[in-house]
Amino acid sequence: MLRITCPCCGERDYTEFRYGGDATKKRPAHGTAEMKTWHDHVFLFDNPKGPHREFWQHVLGCRQWLVLERNTATNEPGVSRPAREVVDE
Amino acid sequence: MPSRCESLGDGPAFGRRQQTALGAPPAIGEYRHLRTSPPQVPPLSSRYSALSLARHALSPDLPWPPAWRSPEPKKSYDVIIVGGGGHGLATAYYLAKNHGITNVALIERSYIGSGNVGRNTTIVRSNYMIGGNTPFFEHSLKLWEGLSHDLNFNVMLSQRGQIVLAHGPGQLDSMARRGNIMRLNGIDAELLDRGEVMRDLPYLDYSADARFPIWGGLLQRRAGTARHDAVAWGYARAADGHGVDIIENCEVTGFVIENGWVSGVETSRGRILAGKTGIAVAGHSSHVAAMAGLKLPVESHLLQAFVSEPIKPFVHHVVSFGAELFYLSQSDKGGLVFGGHIDGFNTYTQRGQFPKVQTVAECAVALIPSVSRLRLLRHWAGIQDMTPDGSPFICRTPIRNLYLNGGWCYQGFKATPASGWCFAHTIAHDEEHELNRCFSLDRFAEGGELDEHGTGNWTYKQ
Repeated sequence: MLRITCPCCGERDYTEFRYGGDATKKRPAHGTAEMKTWHDHVFLFDNPKGPHREFWQHVLGCRQWLVLERNTATNEPGVSRPAREVVDE
Repeated sequence: MPSRCESLGDGPAFGRRQQTALGAPPAIGEYRHLRTSPPQVPPLSSRYSALSLARHALSPDLPWPPAWRSPEPKKSYDVIIVGGGGHGLATAYYLAKNHGITNVALIERSYIGSGNVGRNTTIVRSNYMIGGNTPFFEHSLKLWEGLSHDLNFNVMLSQRGQIVLAHGPGQLDSMARRGNIMRLNGIDAELLDRGEVMRDLPYLDYSADARFPIWGGLLQRRAGTARHDAVAWGYARAADGHGVDIIENCEVTGFVIENGWVSGVETSRGRILAGKTGIAVAGHSSHVAAMAGLKLPVESHLLQAFVSEPIKPFVHHVVSFGAELFYLSQSDKGGLVFGGHIDGFNTYTQRGQFPKVQTVAECAVALIPSVSRLRLLRHWAGIQDMTPDGSPFICRTPIRNLYLNGGWCYQGFKATPASGWCFAHTIAHDEEHELNRCFSLDRFAEGGELDEHGTGNWTYKQ
């Protein structure tokens, strides 16, 4: 069982969370007109075999979004931080 | 650039397709030659037949010859296929058989049969209804129907019929629509009412307090199962018989790219040059494509499958639950084979998470209460490419001489013959066939999504 440490609630089963995808992608700026930029943002993923930084939401807990470091080759979870801290960086 | 797939709606697309230069997919009935044409494959001495079986039975000292060679890789080939799963093997076979291209190497990181071709629930069917999918999957089922003869290898195709259950009147209406679209495309489909389902599947829960009441179902009689290992071995043996070099335990570590053209691969056994290179490594498509600098609309996810302890003949069809992703059949050894939905987050671990085991078991008991005390014998997980719209890729790539076959989501096994057939065509002609024109990499940019379920992009992340 994958166990995720929520910054607010502590370590929980992953079933309390909802997966939110790759957190390294930056949403294109408002007003970006070029379709290729949006296409790449919505559809293309690195999908690495190894370290991955990703969003999860603690839907059955505090409902906060967090950013988790996880190795996709082993599922070993690493550091998790509140998403707002990571996004503001 | 050829015209894009035009038919994304419901209607059959055969009429329009026939006008194109590439030629239409074979019309229904034209497949018969596939069943009767003698495979040029193995020389007579190594052909499998009742006679050869008797000869070997009477002479126990006479060893069966290896089904395929283990050649050393040559310095260069006309075509290299990366990935020795079902799709890669089928591609190599059809390159040789349909297009006369026999100077082919198939490079497999591990051994033949070690990947997803041996990790599925062995179901074959063609009950699709979106324009780009319907003719492709029906072509696949027709190839399945002649495959054992074509390969001189018994793939144990068992057309026991698949019944998808409807648990409400709305769902039954949608199945009537799907069945009508299938029949307009020349595919068999029968709508069953509750009584007919009770007749065919008497072991389901029809009680008043069933969690999901059964209103009817959609039956495709030609659907069924096939022995997945035999499919891999049969294609490998047949491709080898045509002269294809199957190189096992050889990992591709990079691509040789000159001036934007791919001219070979770097492997754990040295550099191998090729005129054209095809990638057929679904599950690891992103990982391999990244070596060529390509970023794909793919995430890798786990799908788990299960086998129960063997019991007497009980489930005589492939049965699909309509209230969740859950499907069930019984193997020839007696085990109930079933599977569910993906675990829900991207991973390459090939080890499933336990909550999904529980979900799948709950589905099984909700549908068939009498299996509640059956024990699970094995469970396993396969890595699969999930694409935004749930449909695959068989196409050229932005890099010249590099071709992609991947993105199979949970529908790769049934597609194996047509996937190899179409990918071989695409590689041989540097041009997609009508059957796989919709499976392009740029369909999301061009508005050509193939959303079979009508649920939008990246369903599991919504």
